[in-house]
Formats: sequence, C-alpha cells, structure tokens
Amino acid sequence: MYLTVLLPLLGFIINGAFGSKISAIGGSASDRRNEKVIGIIGSGVIGLSFLITIIAFFQTLALPVEERKTIINLFTWLKVSSLDVGFAYQVDQLSLIMALIVTGVGFIIHVYSIGYMHGDKGFWRFFAYMNLFIFAMMNLILADNFVLLFLGWEGVGLCSYLLIGFWYDKKFEKSTTSDAAKKAFVVNRIGDFGFLLGMFLIYLTFNSLNFNEVFTRASAFGVPETTFAFIAIFLFIGATGKSAQIPLFVWLPDAMAGPTPVSALIHAATMVTAGVYMVARCSIIFASAPAILTVVAVIGTLTALFAATIGIVQNDIKKVLAYSTISQLGYMFLAMGVGAFSAGIFHVMTHAFFKALLFLGAGSVIHSMHHEQDIQHYGGLRKHMPKTAGTFLIAALAISGIPPLSGFFSKDEILWYSFANGGFLFWLIGALTAFITAFYMFRLYFLTFEGKERFGHEKPASTRSNRGEHPHESPNVMVIPLIILAVLSAIGGFIGIPEIFSGEHGNIFHGWLEPVFKNAERKLAIYGLHTHFQEILLMTISVAGAAGSIFFARYIYLRKPSIASGTAKKFKSIYNLLWNKYFVDELYDATVINPIVKTSDSFLWRIADNKIIDGLVNGIASLIESASVVIRKMQTGVAQFYAVIMMVGIAAALFWIVLSL
Amino acid sequence: MEYSSLISYLLIIPFAGAFLLLLINKRNEKLIRYAGLAASLLTFIISLVIYFNFDDRNSEFQFVHKFSWIENLNIFYFVGIDGLSLLLVLLTTFITPLTLISSWSSIASKVKEFTFFMLMLEVGMLGVFVSLDLFLFYIFWEAMLIPMYFIIGIWGGKERIYASIKFFIYTMFGSLLMLVAIIWLAIYASAPLGYFTTSLPELYSVGPQVEKTIQDWMFLAFAFSFAIKVPLFPLHTWLPDAHVQAPTAGSVILAGVLLKMGTYGLLRFCLPLFPQASITFAPYISVLAVTGIIYGALVAMVQKDMKKLVAYSSVAHLGFVVLGIFAMTQEAVQGAIIQMINHGLSTGALFLLVGIIYERTHTREISDYGGIARIVPVFSFMLMFASLSSIGLPGLNGFVGEFLILLGAFKSPVLNNWWYTVFATSGVIFAAVYLLWMYQRVVFGEVKNQKLTSLTDMNFREILVMVPIFIFIIWIGIYPGTFLKVSEKTSAKIIEQVLPSNQVTIK
Repeated sequence: MYLTVLLPLLGFIINGAFGSKISAIGGSASDRRNEKVIGIIGSGVIGLSFLITIIAFFQTLALPVEERKTIINLFTWLKVSSLDVGFAYQVDQLSLIMALIVTGVGFIIHVYSIGYMHGDKGFWRFFAYMNLFIFAMMNLILADNFVLLFLGWEGVGLCSYLLIGFWYDKKFEKSTTSDAAKKAFVVNRIGDFGFLLGMFLIYLTFNSLNFNEVFTRASAFGVPETTFAFIAIFLFIGATGKSAQIPLFVWLPDAMAGPTPVSALIHAATMVTAGVYMVARCSIIFASAPAILTVVAVIGTLTALFAATIGIVQNDIKKVLAYSTISQLGYMFLAMGVGAFSAGIFHVMTHAFFKALLFLGAGSVIHSMHHEQDIQHYGGLRKHMPKTAGTFLIAALAISGIPPLSGFFSKDEILWYSFANGGFLFWLIGALTAFITAFYMFRLYFLTFEGKERFGHEKPASTRSNRGEHPHESPNVMVIPLIILAVLSAIGGFIGIPEIFSGEHGNIFHGWLEPVFKNAERKLAIYGLHTHFQEILLMTISVAGAAGSIFFARYIYLRKPSIASGTAKKFKSIYNLLWNKYFVDELYDATVINPIVKTSDSFLWRIADNKIIDGLVNGIASLIESASVVIRKMQTGVAQFYAVIMMVGIAAALFWIVLSL
Repeated sequence: MEYSSLISYLLIIPFAGAFLLLLINKRNEKLIRYAGLAASLLTFIISLVIYFNFDDRNSEFQFVHKFSWIENLNIFYFVGIDGLSLLLVLLTTFITPLTLISSWSSIASKVKEFTFFMLMLEVGMLGVFVSLDLFLFYIFWEAMLIPMYFIIGIWGGKERIYASIKFFIYTMFGSLLMLVAIIWLAIYASAPLGYFTTSLPELYSVGPQVEKTIQDWMFLAFAFSFAIKVPLFPLHTWLPDAHVQAPTAGSVILAGVLLKMGTYGLLRFCLPLFPQASITFAPYISVLAVTGIIYGALVAMVQKDMKKLVAYSSVAHLGFVVLGIFAMTQEAVQGAIIQMINHGLSTGALFLLVGIIYERTHTREISDYGGIARIVPVFSFMLMFASLSSIGLPGLNGFVGEFLILLGAFKSPVLNNWWYTVFATSGVIFAAVYLLWMYQRVVFGEVKNQKLTSLTDMNFREILVMVPIFIFIIWIGIYPGTFLKVSEKTSAKIIEQVLPSNQVTIK
C-alpha cells in the first residue's frame, strides 16, 4: 500500500529531473512523442497507485470488520522525548475511500491533461508538479499521525502554489498568476497556524501525536470539554484555510489562475476536501466539543449560502465553478457539524466526481474557445461539442441534486441530517442554497451550451481576442475522461442509497465507514426520533425546488435574457455587491494587509529600527566620541601643562591625606 | 583515549594552513585557493573522523585534550566536545570549504589575505565550540572577531568601514562584560573549590551554588554578550549592516556559524552555570525572542535589498532558537540545536544565491529584478528550494527545528504560558509572506529589466557549492534522527543541570 505513496514520488523525480531532457529529445521541444513519454510516465504512476489502492481495498473488504485497519511503518521521522512520529501509513476504511478518490480521479485528470497541456512549454514541469501533488495528498490521507498529515497538508499547499502560478508570467486580473499563487499559500498558512496550535495542544493533552494513541485517549480520558473545544477550534481554523471556508476562502477563486486540470484536481476534487477529511479523522475530538461542532455547522452553512449567492452573477466559467466548490465544501462542513461524518465523506466522493467533471468540461470548452473564459461570450456550444455538453449536463444535474444522480443522494443525506440533528434553520438554509446552486449551475449551462452563439462576429469591440470562432470537440484523450467521470457522477450515488430505499441492507457506504466514526457518534448520540414521512417530505421539497430552479434558469437565460439584465439594473447595489464578491478581498486588504505592510515599512523599519534602536546604538557611540573630544583636550602635548596638573594632583592627594589623619 | 588529540588537529590544520599560505607567491592565486580549500577540507575530514568515533550514548565531554597553559592562574588548554559542540563543529567545517569555493570568482583582489583570514576565522570558530576552559574560550571568542573584521572591512561593500567597526565594537562591548563575569565567577568559585580555576566542568558544579543575586548579575553579563551575537532583539542592528556590507563568504559564515556562537553560549554557559537565574530570566528573554520573531519577519517583509531581507529573516529565525533554549524542555532544546544547523544551511544557501546573482548584475535591489525564471531556471529552482527550507516546509529541515521548538515551548513548565507559542507560531505565516513575496518579485512575472535577458545561469562550480547544502536540507527534513541522536544526551544533560528532575516543576 505504501507504494501508492511512493509511485507518485517516483513519477515526480523522473519527470522533475529528466523531464526537460525528455522533451528536448529530437530537437523540437513540443514534439508530441516526447510529450507522450512524459504524460505516460506521469499518468502511469498514478494509474498504478490507483490499481494498488483497488487491490488494497478488496483485500481490506475481505477482512472481518475489526481487522480492517493496518499500519505500515516505514521509518521514524521525529523522535524526541515522548514525541515519536514516523513515516507511517494507516490503511483503514476512511483512508481507503479517500485514496480511491484521489488516485482514481487523479488518474483520470492526469490522462486528460496530456491533451489539455499539449504544446505547453512546461509540459514536463506540469506533470512533475501533479505527481508531487498526488504524493503529498496521499501522505495527507494515509498518515497515521498528525505531523505526517501536516507534511501532506503543507505539501499539497506547495503544489497548489506551484500549479496556480504555473504560467507565472501570465496576466491575471490586476497582476499575474504568481500573485494568486502567493495569496493561496499565505492564506493557507494562516490556517496552518491554527492547525499547528491544535497539534501542540493535542501533544500537551495526550502526550502523543499518533492518531491511535490520541483518539484512544480522547475517547477514554477525563479531559475537560474546554480543552477539546480549544483543540477543535484550532484544527478547524486549519480546515477553513485548506477547505476555503469563511473567513479564509478568499484564495480559492483566485486559484483558478492555474491550468484547468489543476483546478479540477486540486481546487475541486481533492485538496480542498482535506479539511473535511481532517475533521472527519478527528471526529472524536470534535464530537467531544459540541459547541465547536455547532460552530463548524454554522460556518459550513453560511459559507454554502454565501458562496452560492456570489456564484449567481459571475461570468467567468471557472469562477462560477470555484464559488460552487466553496459552497459545496460548506455542505460538507455542515455535515461534519451535525455529526453526519460519513454523509460528509460521501459528499466528498460524489463531489469529486461531478466537480472534476464540471471543471474538465469547462476546460474542454476553454480549450476549444482558445482560452476565452467569459460565459457571456459563449452560447450554443452544444452543436460544436456535443460530448462535452452532454457530460457537463450530467454533472450539472448531479450537483443540482436531481435523482438518481450521485449528488442527489449525498446532498439530500446531508440536508436530512442537518434537519434531524441540527435543526430546521440549518435545513432551510441548506435547501435554499441547493435551489440557488441549481439555478446558477443551469445559468452556466444554458449560457454556455444553449441559445445563440455569442462568440465570433457578434462579439463587441472589446479587448478580448477574436480567436474563438471555430469551436470544436476536444480530442479523445480529453473526452474519454469526461465520459468516465460522467458515468461515475451518474451512478456513483448508488453505494450510498439511504436506508428508506434500500431496506434491510442499510446504507452500504455508512456501513463501511461505521467503525471509523463509531466512537464519535456514540459520544454525540443525538439521533432524535424522526419519521420516514418527514424524510420523504423534505426530499421531495428539495428535489422540487431544484427542478424549479432549473426551469427558472432556463426561462430566464434562454427565453427572456432581458429579465436577467433588468434585474441586475433594478437591484444594482445588490448586483454590485455580489459581482464584487461582497468586497471581502478589499476588506482584508484595507483592514489587515495594508496596515501590516504600512506599519512595518514606515514605522517598524524606518523609525523603530533605523531611528530608535539603531539610533540609540549609534547615539551611545557618538556620546562616547564627544566625551572623548573633551577628554582629548587634556592631552595637549605641552609638558608644562602636564606638570601643572601633576602638581595639582599631588597637592590634592596631600591635602586629602592630611585631612584624613 | 587515543583520539584525544584529534580536536587539537582540528585547530592546528587550518591554523597551519593559513600560515603555510603566506609562503606562496601571492600572484599564484590558483595555488592559494587550492591550498586553502585543501586545508579546510582536511579539517572537515578530521571532524568526520571525530563524528564517527563519537559516542552518542555518553553525555560527558569526549576527545578531551588538556594540558597546563598558564600555571600561575591554573588555566589550562582544555578542549573537548559533546553532542552540542560536535554538531556545530561539523557545521563549521562543512560550511567553510563551501564558502571558499564560492569566493573563487567573487573575491578577485588580495586572494592570499582573504584565504588567510578565512582559515583563521575557522580556527577561531572551532576554538569557541571546543573550549572547555572559560579563559581559552574567551580568547577564541575575541580572536575570531579580528579576521571577520578584516573580511568585512577589506572585501566588503561601499560602507564596509562603518559596518565592520560597528560589528567589532558592538560585539566587543558585550564580550568585555562577559570577561568581567568570567573573572568574577572564577574568583567566587575559588572559595568553595579552594583554588582558582576557569575550567568549565569544575565551574558547572559551583555555578548553581552562587548566591542568587550575584548569579543574576553574572547571568546577565554572559547573556548580554551572547544576546548581541545571536542577535536578540533589540540588539540586532549591527547585523543588517554587517551582512549587507560583507562579501558573500563573510555573510555566509556570519549567518551560518557566527550567530550560532551566541546561542551556543547560552546553552553551554548561561543555562548550566546559572540555572536559577536562567529560570528567573527565561520569560523576559523569551518575550524578546518572540518579539524578534515577529519583528524580524515584519521588517524583512518590507526590505528592498535582498541581502537585508535575509539578514532580518535571521533575526526571526534566531528568535526561534532562543525561545527553544529558554523553554528548557527536551523537545524545545533539541529543536533549538537542530535549528541552529538548519539556519546555517538555509540562510547560508540564501546568501550564496544572492551572492551568485549579485556577481552577475551588481544589484541586490529586488525591484531591479523580475521574470528571471525562464532565463535562469536552475538558479530559480535553487532559490525556491532554499526559500522553502527557510519557510519551514515539512519535509525540509526548517520544519523539524521550528516544530520541535514550538511544540516544546508550548508545554514548557518554565514559560508556562501559551502566548509565547501562539505569537511565535504566527512567525510561520510571516516567513511565507516575506520569502514568497521576494521570490515572486525576483523570479516570476515579466522581464522588465532588459539587462536581465543576458543573464547566465549557474555554472558547475556554483551548483557544486549548493548541492551538498541541499542534500543536508533534505536529510534533516526527512531523517533528522541522524542529527537529533547526536545531541540527545547533551540536551538532556543541560536540562537536567537547569531543572534537576528531583526538583520537579515550578508552576
């Protein structure tokens, strides 16, 4: 199983060290054959990892439930005093699910990238980084201790940084992509600050950072709830950074500056769910701090709603998807917050399918439209790229929660638990967000694939390029991944069919994860009495609402586009607020970033350091110097003067001796 | 022990090498360079022999070499090492040849003098780390200032005279106080011992018995001297000047080894000699350390000059080390020791890289750069690597040190307060900000300055200097056990000396 970690590392080393050599073979740097070698190595290692994970999965499945956790210890990493953590990997139900998602979806996206990145100068670099990412991500999910998890955690952050800034001299919004990359890294680091403190407190409390010891002690010891609360809130700060929740979500929309497969893999399907995974992994800690669990639920719900509202008005196809990712992550945290851990992980999985599909579909569109990303300049693309359109439609239906597609099962389950365990308000906001989601996803779909073509000749005389006149379907290497993901998005939900439909089998997905969350769920024990009737009723409401939203979107954007622009004009201030994403970036700039930079520059450095501290040092020096100037006067070189002084001295000494006699 | 004179060879080889150099015709620069390199490499080999024969299960001083020196005062030539000094000796002997290679093109004038001073500097630094007699220690401590003074003053930048004098006087000022305290302590100790001695192991047994108020004063005198060298906020202002003016090799040695002498002194003398005073002052010094972490990072963030930025980042990094030392837990002290090595490697690497690019463009202003990633890919990669190491990315060396320090400080019974760690941890955010921001402005973006298009990438010699450093950056990051093991017993002993386990904790 540890091979699934090492293979991507091998791919990274091969492509990283020899990639530039391989692509230079035979002269032309963009030679398709050379790219193929790199692409096959890059994807191959991930494919192999995926195969090994599948084998491990079935081996584990064959074991009795209580033996389904194995730890593979490679070597010791940090061993000081009672701290003893290693490169040790824990294979259990939860990490296997995550590993399947990461390597599976990762493999598909790698293959897709061979087509998408074709001709790029940095082809080899791209695959090297992508492999490094998978390596880090596998460390994150397979780690058997917090420190190794943190290594993966920071490692994926680094890869994210490198890949967002992949086209580092490309213009992005006000500056270049490297700005977006730096922002992502720094915001993530703010989260890491919390995560680190969480680790310190865990170590102080449980005297260990290994999952097994910590979680065993956490479920047994009489540790006060406030301690758990502090640990949980610190860890959750970390999660808000990585998983782009309020208040640290600001980096994710900008992360779209990277190549689209990166957005699909890192900023949608896998890395951003790391926070959710971490909370699920530490479920026992969170379950021991109910107050913080509520905070998690509230933040999740608010983020879901907040991001969805922004999604309504954005015109950049990737931005819309980015906000929808933030919003969907909010759902996952809502699930965590109401103690529905396996429902949250279920949504991680289905979301990985359909969101990767949406991004890859968007990538296919962007590819064929020569990097035009504004949906106002699309339209009617279904005719030109039917496969992309078809698969995109499936994904859009899935995310909107239309049965029996995967998103329906996972989202509805979260909504049900938020009602049953959380309360009506959580459900209401969650359901409302679901309607908004359906609306903006279909706004996106209709504006892109249906209606009139708005590219080419009809384009206004803007600065945008006029190259996107001949859209075409993408090559097979890109389309086949779309189809595979579409199948998964469509049927992936069936492994988590809720009990009311599957009857005696229960929910298979829950059954599988049950041992992992058993302790936490027992601690919470909040499953109230609710009837199946309520469950069906709520389900019907949310499906009907989503369907209604879809038709509403169709009506507005296909039949009466004037309504959209009319509404935007009528509620200009609200529209502006949403268009500018509630001015959060500006707010952070004005209240945090600028004051810190300004104070550091004009006060700390120029005044405190240069004038005060160094001034004092040099001041003492010049004081001594000026004092010496005075004393130096005594050294005149005139012997008579010395004689006089000597006489005076002797006289004074005599005088003193006489006095003291 | 049959190897007992090995340490003396460690001192004699560079010393003899330096003087043999003087016999070479000064126009034969090539020979001078090779000879200097050979001497420093031989020293490195000796230090490796010491490493392989070092017993890491033993907390006593090893390879002890002792003979009478100034008989009247009972002063000995007394050298030996333990885990702490061994690591720093290795760092010194490792860095010195690299800096010599790195100066092959940057130092063009007075090569003979330069190589001479570099070897003398090595003698001084090694002497500081191996002396077990306070008097001998003091001699090395002061002697080492002289070659550094000349290196900055002769081969430095525009304001080298100001910087070198400031460096010299500032650190000298601190050491004089230490000298007073050394004499005071030795005289004080002569009462219970019955004779005058400056031998460290003997004074270890007397120090803790010194009356508390006197101990406080002695502690302060020592600590002040070391704090200047570290440098601890607010005694750091000599550092940016010295770094910016020093030639690359000088900066690398300064950051890589010289600053460690301050933290080494705190661990070797302040804590074990004056345990009660150390505990009394631990919170105050930790406050300064944490202030330094944040302050250094914030000031580094707004620097326009790359070298100055790295210099201020040293203030922040050394703040971590000092915090680790005064947290006085096994985790923190081990972290502090490994972080001394880390800082030497990553900051050394950063200075070398800045030097490499400076040699080509003759500017260190960040705003003169931009978009060099495509022009000099190898350099860009290495700068990224060194920056990540300095940022403390897990998997590289910096993380190991910072993590252990913070973890240990958090549970420290001496500090007994979360806030030190909370503030210190915020330093990890700022480190990412200032280094990535600099990186972005230098390497990414579009090429604005057309002169940059003709930049040449790193040559073989320059890569050769960097690769060994990078190997250790990864090694410590992935398998720090090799190094942690060396200092494990020593750090445990130091903690035992300050906080005897029978005394339990002070809450």
